[in-house]
Amino acid sequence: MSEILVLIDHSDSRPRKVSLQMLNAARRIAAATGDDVSAVWLGDGAATNAALLGANGASKLYAWESDDAKGYVTSPQVEAIEQIMEQAGADTVLFASTNHTKDVAARLGIRTDGGVITDCTDLEVADGEIVATKEVFGGDMITKSKVAAGKKKYFGIASNAFPVEGSGGGPAEVVSVDVTLSDDAKKATVVAVEKQASADRPDIAEAAIVVAGGRGLGNEDGFNLMEELADELGAGVGASRAATDAGWYPHRYQIGQTGRTISPTLYIGSGISGAIQHRAGMQTSQNIVAINKDPEAPIFQIADFGVVGDLYKVVPKLIEELRTRKG
Amino acid sequence: MKVIVPVKRVPDTAGDKKIDEASRTVDRESVEAVLNPVDEFSIEEALRIKEGGTDAEIKVLMIGPESAQPIVRKALSYGLDAAVQVIDDAIEGSDALGTARVIAKALEAEEFDLVIFGNQSTDARTCLVPAAVGELLNLPALTYARHLEIDGDKVTVHREHEEGWDVVESTLPAIVSVVEAINEPRYPSFKGIMAAKSKPLDVKSLSDLGVSADEVGSGNASATMYEFAPRPPKEAGTIVTDEGDGAGATALADWMAEKKFI
Repeated sequence: MSEILVLIDHSDSRPRKVSLQMLNAARRIAAATGDDVSAVWLGDGAATNAALLGANGASKLYAWESDDAKGYVTSPQVEAIEQIMEQAGADTVLFASTNHTKDVAARLGIRTDGGVITDCTDLEVADGEIVATKEVFGGDMITKSKVAAGKKKYFGIASNAFPVEGSGGGPAEVVSVDVTLSDDAKKATVVAVEKQASADRPDIAEAAIVVAGGRGLGNEDGFNLMEELADELGAGVGASRAATDAGWYPHRYQIGQTGRTISPTLYIGSGISGAIQHRAGMQTSQNIVAINKDPEAPIFQIADFGVVGDLYKVVPKLIEELRTRKG
Repeated sequence: MKVIVPVKRVPDTAGDKKIDEASRTVDRESVEAVLNPVDEFSIEEALRIKEGGTDAEIKVLMIGPESAQPIVRKALSYGLDAAVQVIDDAIEGSDALGTARVIAKALEAEEFDLVIFGNQSTDARTCLVPAAVGELLNLPALTYARHLEIDGDKVTVHREHEEGWDVVESTLPAIVSVVEAINEPRYPSFKGIMAAKSKPLDVKSLSDLGVSADEVGSGNASATMYEFAPRPPKEAGTIVTDEGDGAGATALADWMAEKKFI
């Protein structure tokens, strides 16, 4: 029996939703392989989350709470995970498929001669091997992948690919680890962290509902309307490439091929035509709503509900309806 | 200062793709090939370093078959100085880490202070290569740069993440990858297109780089895709028209209520 490690993605000492989703994914694999699930927490805040992580399936919580964990770029996490893998005898690690964590996985893959599969939308065990589902080529193709036999395995898990399901487990056993970084790990330093995101609005990867705006908004001010609709729904706000290229909304909120891939329960796109480059980032959304004045816009082909009309008439009226119905 | 910009040939996202059953990769001859769109931003950033007054030589590096040479020339047409292309049939079907191994060996054969990647290719979108190359060369990888500054032998990057960015720095040599927010790429000039035809292009094989064929290719990939299926078509949804009277918005609110979103 071995341990499947889940690298907890966290912000402000709280695990992000994807971390609890990954614990669930790991539990499903562990049920087939007979392994245990352990969480790995690098940075501040591990101990206060032992109960939450335990209740979502982690038996152990490996914690490295040193300031070194966040003072340098990528490598501290790499060296810490490598050490914890050795300590736990683990050969499988799940990580959140986000920008910075993919770098950690890439370096681990090279260092340990392992295989990395990013952006997994499903994991299953077949004939004793872990099989990952992922989408490629703008989401046109759905593929199955696996890591070569005998190699260390690193799976990047897409946000919202798995539900959060409590395991009913007690608090995870906290195992404090002490990592001495090599000099090489200190070559690139983090000199400042700029948090720009609104604390009141969920990130588009985490949000159950995402409101997105595109070229059809016509100007930057259109995003005020998007934010008003989003805040009415407790939603995150995203944008198409046309809108981020025009400078109407920050690049980190770009949904699509060269931006982020989201999979919310509900996506509401306004003034977005739905070119394949955009669909690549949102077509796994469970429900898709499109508001666009062009009835021929390709987004209507994948919409569960579409409104052909002027978004500047439809969206304000929708906000009014939502407020009325809320009472 | 010597700058290397690795570029990739990718299938046009908007084109129809066919999977080659034998190699289990996209049949790259079946769809129009383009320069990876994100690489336009790394090329632009390299040019801006040079135009900013730093004496720089910029080389483009491509791992890809001979048929990808027009993409190398395309990259040169933006005004880069020279190119290296690694051509070897054994590379076909390599995964991201295998590709990174070839790029790292090709870089080792060159002199460089800075390597600028696009943060991802639009076909595989793994984003793994820049950091993997950093690991192989034991160099820092300052990835997802939305802002880049060079000051002497120091490089500073605004490294984008979900909540904003980290300001990170290291000394050169270093690996950097850029996101599209970093600049606005230019178009190649007619003069640039003409000049690209005669820029030096150095073609190398795996054996030139000291890479053994059993380290790369589909047979030696650490992660393999073995099953492909087109996305199943989606059932047609409900489409209503709003003539400006609010009827569409009301119908949408009704649908959202029925689906329990409100």
